[in-house]
Amino acid sequence: MQGVLHQILSGLATGGIYASLALALVMIYQATHHVNFAQGEMATLSTYIAYTMVTAGWSYWVSFIATVVVSFIMGVVVERVLMRPMTNAPVLALVGVFIGLLLIVNAMTGWIWDFTIKTFPSPFHSSTPLLGGFLSGHELGSTVVTLVMLLCIYLFFRHTSLGLAMRAAAYNPVSSRLVGVRVGWMLALGWGLAAAIGAIAGMMIAPIVFLDPNMMAGVLLYAFAGALLGGIENPLGAVIGGFAVGVIENLGGAYVVGTELKLTLALVIIVAVLMIKPSGLLGRTVMSRV
Amino acid sequence: MLRRRSLLTAATAAAFVPAAPAILRAADTTGVTDTEIRIGNTCPASGPASAYGTIGKADGATFRMANDMGGFAGRKINFISYDDAYSPPKTVEQIRRLVEQDKVACLFNTLGTPSNTAIVKYVNQKKVPHLFVSSGADKWGDYKEHPWTIGWQPSYVTESQIYAKYILAQKPDAKIGILYQNDDFGKDYLTGFRDVLKDRFGKIVTLASYEITDATIDSQLVTLQGAGIDVLMTVATPKFAAQTIRKVHDMNWKPMHVLTGVSVSVGAVMEPAGPDKAIGIVSSAYGKDPTDPRYANDPGMKEWRAFMAKYYPEGDVKDAGNVFAYGISLTMLQVLKQCGNDLSRENMMKQAANLRNLESPVLLPGIRINTSPTNFHPIRQLQLMRWNGKVWELFGDIIEGAST
Repeated sequence: MQGVLHQILSGLATGGIYASLALALVMIYQATHHVNFAQGEMATLSTYIAYTMVTAGWSYWVSFIATVVVSFIMGVVVERVLMRPMTNAPVLALVGVFIGLLLIVNAMTGWIWDFTIKTFPSPFHSSTPLLGGFLSGHELGSTVVTLVMLLCIYLFFRHTSLGLAMRAAAYNPVSSRLVGVRVGWMLALGWGLAAAIGAIAGMMIAPIVFLDPNMMAGVLLYAFAGALLGGIENPLGAVIGGFAVGVIENLGGAYVVGTELKLTLALVIIVAVLMIKPSGLLGRTVMSRV
Repeated sequence: MLRRRSLLTAATAAAFVPAAPAILRAADTTGVTDTEIRIGNTCPASGPASAYGTIGKADGATFRMANDMGGFAGRKINFISYDDAYSPPKTVEQIRRLVEQDKVACLFNTLGTPSNTAIVKYVNQKKVPHLFVSSGADKWGDYKEHPWTIGWQPSYVTESQIYAKYILAQKPDAKIGILYQNDDFGKDYLTGFRDVLKDRFGKIVTLASYEITDATIDSQLVTLQGAGIDVLMTVATPKFAAQTIRKVHDMNWKPMHVLTGVSVSVGAVMEPAGPDKAIGIVSSAYGKDPTDPRYANDPGMKEWRAFMAKYYPEGDVKDAGNVFAYGISLTMLQVLKQCGNDLSRENMMKQAANLRNLESPVLLPGIRINTSPTNFHPIRQLQLMRWNGKVWELFGDIIEGAST
């Protein structure tokens, strides 16, 4: 019984990693209705920027805030420079841009900071590991950060006019433009916010998995799974989905199918859920009149 | 009509004349001219394994050094290295280009287990010497299956046999847990343990695998701890090895911990994991660690540092890959030296399988390179070592693995 509890706890800790990156995916999807394959690599790049600041002697929180700001600007610039000319391009062309961006950012981080893994500091210290070492102070702290981010995103989209304008711009650009929403800037803002959330996710993930240029390659896959499971239009759903994937994966791997098939099991469950409820567990079914 | 036929015959005969001497000379000397020896290589300069890219560059630097020292039988080495991004389909493409277009004499130090697996059949069909591949997989020593391919470093099977014997000597009734990467690399270690433990394997070993796409290995370690094992064998690449060391410490779990020699880098594993958390871990080595202060005045490492300063100044002198590349390239130079004036492919392969007690400035003292027509595992010796919180302390004798 204790074994099961430990598997659940470590599943929640890993799920927290997926959940935080899933939030960035939700953000960009809400704002642009695209799924950015380079989201993980951009987050890794941001984490390296934070790493450089911290090793240069800046305090953790100053580096943290500076990184979030720099990442926001980076996101906006990417949208303005790379995505803007693609406004009317077919979806496949966009996918090409996303994948190109993924390769460029990945190779660039490796080139600048090399491929040796690096330790990234955590602001959440605990002298003794919590719960018998199955949850560290950092894992608890980063889960809290994920939940705070979730709350902010929820409030932003639900209770601010800017959030409403962004959702409108993604959902129906033509009508939005007619009522005075600056659609282009809303998209850029969405990219910036997604990059900023990704930066926070990266800084929360790096102390757990170590910082290296390929840090997000595997995580992104699970984050996608989490976001789709919970509903990619729903921040709460994505977070729950992320945690669920972590726990399902652990329990399935330990007791049901063995470690070799644990990812497969998680993905099979997701496919099953999506067949019954295509918009995800918490997603709303959108109907549009034609 | 008749006239035309005789013309044709004459033309055919003429076409064959220049080729005739080549037919008479049975040996295949493709890639060797009066002035150069072309050697081909693939290495990941980009992509997920680009950390190894430096190996190809250091190989090239070693050959430049050899050329400066006069080359071989009046010829200089022309080392052609292509980027394969650690992607097997790309390796196939680049190797075909090297063999068919660049017409290299041999391939040297092609890097990666999956990449070499993708090309081994082709190069053996073409009978191109495929020398000293950069991979610890055991199969490169299979001289019957592929007589044109030879490995260099101790194979993972050899290494794991040594660990299994050591574990049994220390704890005769050990319960062993093996955390392994679910690919050729990880599975070679299982083979080594099976060789030594035989039918006890099923009874005393608990297995837990991970995929390189996994975010963490926490769940696997929880499972192994729950199974009540007292010896943990970790077969993981650096990132996951560092995670394992830290997690085992955080779980306040104290099994006897044996770690694959792939992940013993001080800079890339021990320091990120926390040097204190790793105290007592046992592993093995065959080469000298460039970050170890013990080798500050070692003549062999001084030679290597002088080489780096002169021929590869932009290379990292803390990167063990550059030490590895120097050692493996020196072995290649020895083969060329032994070839003398006969630089045919056949003779290159013959000489590669005829190395006798070759010592190397960058290998541990006492470790010698030996090959024969029935031994395609050039390095078969290792020495065990233990992490003391600051450096790896070698202990015990040089041990020879059983695998041939």
